[in-house]
Amino acid sequence: MNTEDRFAGERLRESPFHPRQSALNLREAWSSWNGYKFADYYYDAEYEYFCIRNTCGTYDITPMQKYEISGPDAEAMLNRMVTRDVSKLGINRVTYVCWCTDEGRMIDDGTIFRLADDRFMLTCGSPSVAWLRKSVLGFDQVTVRDVTDETAALSLQGPTSCTVLQQMGLEDIATLKPFGIAHFPFHGGSLMVSRTGFTGDLGYELWVTPELALTLWDVLYAAGENYGIHPYGETATNMARLEAGFIMPDMEFNEALKTVHFEHDHTPYELSLGWLVDFKKPHFNGRKALLAEKQQGPHYTLVKLDIEGNKVADGSWLYSDKACRKKIGYVTSAMWSPSAKANIALAMIETPRLNGSVWAEIYYEKELRYYEKVARCEIKDQPFWAPARARQTPPPPF
Amino acid sequence: MKKYDAIIIGAGHNGLTNAAYLARAGLDTLVLEKNDYIGGAAVTREMHDGWFYSSCSYVCSMMRQAIHRDLDLSSHGLLLVPYLGTVNFGDQGQRLIDYRDEGAAYNELRRHSPHDADAMFRFQADLGRYAQLIRKTLLRTPPDPTSFKPRDIKELLFLAKEFWSLGEKELYEYVRFFTMSAAEFLEDYFENDLIKAAMASPGIIGTALGVYSPGSAYILLHHVMGDVDGSVGAWGLARGGMGAISNALCSAMQAAGGEVRTGAGVEQIIVKDGKACGVALESGEELYAGIIVSNLDAKRTFTKVVDRKDLPPGIYEKANNFKIRGSSGKVNIALSGMPTFSGVPDNRYINRGGQGFCGSLETMERAYDCWKRGRWSDDPFVESVIPSAWDPTVAPPGKHWMSNFVQYCPPELADGPWTPEKRDAFGQSVVDKIARYSPDFKDLIVHMEVRTPHEIENEVGLTEGNIFQGELTIDQLLFNRPFPGYGQYRMPVKNMYMCGSSTHPGGGVSSACGANAAREILLDLKRPNTVPQDDCYDE
Repeated sequence: MNTEDRFAGERLRESPFHPRQSALNLREAWSSWNGYKFADYYYDAEYEYFCIRNTCGTYDITPMQKYEISGPDAEAMLNRMVTRDVSKLGINRVTYVCWCTDEGRMIDDGTIFRLADDRFMLTCGSPSVAWLRKSVLGFDQVTVRDVTDETAALSLQGPTSCTVLQQMGLEDIATLKPFGIAHFPFHGGSLMVSRTGFTGDLGYELWVTPELALTLWDVLYAAGENYGIHPYGETATNMARLEAGFIMPDMEFNEALKTVHFEHDHTPYELSLGWLVDFKKPHFNGRKALLAEKQQGPHYTLVKLDIEGNKVADGSWLYSDKACRKKIGYVTSAMWSPSAKANIALAMIETPRLNGSVWAEIYYEKELRYYEKVARCEIKDQPFWAPARARQTPPPPF
Repeated sequence: MKKYDAIIIGAGHNGLTNAAYLARAGLDTLVLEKNDYIGGAAVTREMHDGWFYSSCSYVCSMMRQAIHRDLDLSSHGLLLVPYLGTVNFGDQGQRLIDYRDEGAAYNELRRHSPHDADAMFRFQADLGRYAQLIRKTLLRTPPDPTSFKPRDIKELLFLAKEFWSLGEKELYEYVRFFTMSAAEFLEDYFENDLIKAAMASPGIIGTALGVYSPGSAYILLHHVMGDVDGSVGAWGLARGGMGAISNALCSAMQAAGGEVRTGAGVEQIIVKDGKACGVALESGEELYAGIIVSNLDAKRTFTKVVDRKDLPPGIYEKANNFKIRGSSGKVNIALSGMPTFSGVPDNRYINRGGQGFCGSLETMERAYDCWKRGRWSDDPFVESVIPSAWDPTVAPPGKHWMSNFVQYCPPELADGPWTPEKRDAFGQSVVDKIARYSPDFKDLIVHMEVRTPHEIENEVGLTEGNIFQGELTIDQLLFNRPFPGYGQYRMPVKNMYMCGSSTHPGGGVSSACGANAAREILLDLKRPNTVPQDDCYDE
C-alpha cells in the first residue's frame, strides 16, 4: 500500500509545541499564521479569554517572525529603519517599534530585544526578509538572520503567570520589570524570559530552542497545574488585545507594502502611534513625510470607543449625528468586553471631528433577521483593561 | 448633631447598590450593618486557613449588566467568570453532563433519549421567550394597576405591549406557566427521568415548594433568566467569591462619598409625626436622616424594626403573614484535593463546574415531604459548585472549596429546636449523599461549615433563612411584592423605603431591587434620575 501523503505539500507546518497543543485542541479549531498551523481556540474561546484575566494562559508565538540583527552596525541600521530611538535601548530591554516607507506609511510594528551591545532580535507579525535586506544596504557590518525556525516561543499571560514561573524554579522572576529580559539555564540549554505580551495584563514571553520546546511545555504546565494554566488561541488574543487597546494588522492597519491603494495604508500618527516617532534622533526612514504629517495633523485618528448598549459595532460606520447624515469614520475592531462590561471598539475618525459627538450605525442579527440601531459613542483616553499588576514590580499576589 | 440625607439599613448587595446611587446623586448617605463585615448574603469570609467561603450565595447570573457597567464595578475590582460543565447525577448513578459545545451537549442528551435531545431545542426556545419578557421588567418599577398616574398607565401599556408581542398562543401559555409546577411544565417536553429532574431542580432552589407544587415553574425561570455577558441561562463566579460583588459596590459607593458603618445593628426605625426620621442602634445611639431605607426583608422590617403603633392598621399582619419560609441549607466544605465522581472522567472541564445531585423528580418530591414534616431531607437535592477549580484566590493551590446548596432544610424541626448536634447530623446527611457519587470525597474533607436556616437567619438576618427575602410565587411578585399596594418601594410610613429582595424583582444577586428603589427615592426628592431605566441589553 502506498503510504505517501498525497496532500503533504498542502499541509501546514507544525510548531514545536504542536504535539501538546494538538492534544488539547478538542475542537480541532485551527487556522494558520505565516504557514504554521495555528489554533483559533482549543476548548472554548471565552473560557480561554478568562484564563488570561483570571488565571493564566499560553499562546504559541512560534509563528511570529524573529530576526537576529548583529554586528557593529546593527544599532545604526535599526535606528535608521524604525521610528523610535534604538540607541537608548539598554541591554536586556525590549521596546515596541514601528517602521515606515519613505512616504511615512507604516510597514509593520514589532518589538526589538537588545541582547547585547551589538546584537538585537526584531520580532514582527509578518515576514520582513525583503524589507530588512533593503534596510541593511549601506551598513557593511551588520548581519540579519531569520531565526524564526530556530526559536520556539510561548507567551504566558495572566495574573498567576509570575507565580507559575516561580513554581517552575525561576526564583528571581518577580524582580523582572516590564520590558525587561532575563536568562536562565534550562535543561542543558537556556531559557530567555521577557516581561512582554499582547494582552495588557501581567505576562511574560518564554524563548527556547525548538529541541527544548516540549520540555518547556511540560515543566510549565506542571508548574501551572494548580494555577489555571490553559492554552489560548487567536480568538482570545484578539479579545484581550482589543481591551488593552493594541492594534492588529489587517484589522486596524494594512501593511504599506501590501496595500494596493495609496490611501488604504496608514501613518503612525493615524494609528495614534505618534509617540513612537522620535525626531530628535538621526535620520530615519520616512522622517520627512512624518514631520509633515505631524505638522498638518493626520487625516484620521485611531480612537477607543465606549458604545452605549450591547450590540457589537462590527464594521460600523460612524457619524457626527444621530440621523446619520455626516459620515466621519469607521470601526476597525469591536467586541463586548466581558471584563470591563462595556461595548468597546477601536475606530478611525476624521481628526477634525474628534471633539464632536460620535454615533455608530450598528447592524445586528437575531434569528436571521437584521436590525439596525444608532448608538452614541464616547471616545476614551484609557485602555478598557489596564490592571496595576501589569506595571508593578514585583507583581502583587494574584 | 449630624443629619444624613439617607440611611440604609443593611449592607447587603441591594443596600449597597441603593446607597451607591443615592450617594452618586449627591445625597449624604450612610449604610448601617449589624455584622462586623459587609455583604449580607453576598459575602466571602476566610473560614479556614486559606479557604475563603462564599458562605451564602455562591454563583452569579442575575447581576444586571447595566448596573455593573454604570457603577463601573469592574474598575472597583469585580470580575465575573462563567463556569462550565455541570454534571447531574441520577438515582441509579446515571450522569448527564452539560457540555459547553452544542454538538457535544446534544450527543450527551441523545445518549439518554433521542426524543429529549430534540425536544431540548423547543424547551430552550420557549424558556428563552419567557425569560426575555420577564428580563425586561427587572430594572423597571412595577406599575400600580389601580393607579391613574400617567407613569403607571405608561408602564402598564409597556407591559401589555410586551405581552402581546409574544403572540396569541404564547400568551395563553405564558399565563399558564406562572401557575404551573416545574414537573408539569417539563412533562410537555421530556420523557427521560434524569433530564426532567435536572431541568426541574432550579424550580425548587430557595423555595418551600416541591417540583410538583404549582408555581415552581416560575422559580425555574427565575433561575435561568440571568446571563453572563449575554449568554442567557449561563452562570458565573465572582473572582474572589460573592463578597467581591459587595466589596465592589461598597467601593463604588464610597468613591461617590457614601459611608458604611459595620457593627451597627438597628434596633428601631424612629418615626415622628408619621414620618421616618432616624434609627436607634442596638448600642442606644440615635442617627437621623431625611430618608430611611430598609434592606431587611419585609417581615423583619415590619415586625422587628418598626414599632407597631407607627404602622397603619393591617401592615403588621401582612408582614407577619408574608410568605418567607426557610427551606434551604448550605454546607461549605474545604477539600484537600479535587474529588472524583464515579463514571465522570477526570478532566479539567467537566468535573470542575457544578454538580447537581438531583436523583429524580420522585426523589426531589420525597425530599420535600420531609420538609413538610419538619425534618431535613433523608435524601436531599444538593447543588454543588467547586469555585476553586476556576478561581485561584479562594483556596490554597491544589486545594478546593466546595459549595453545597441543600434542599430541603426546615427552619424549625418537628422534634424541637435546632441544636449543634442536629446541625452536624444535617451536614453529615449531605456529605453522605455526595459520597454516594464520589468515593474519595469523605477522605478529602478538611473543614466544614454547616448552615441551616437557623444559622442563616441569625447570621445574615434573613427571616427563616429564606434566600429570596420572600418566596417568588405569583401572589408575591411584581406589584404585589412585598404586599399589594406597596409594590413601588415606598412603605406605609412616610420617608421610608424598602430596597431588598422582598421588593420587585425579588431574590438573587441582581442589584435590581436596590437600583429600582433608588430611582423612586430620587423621583420623590425631585432629583434627576441617574439609575439605568432599562437594561438596554435585550433589544
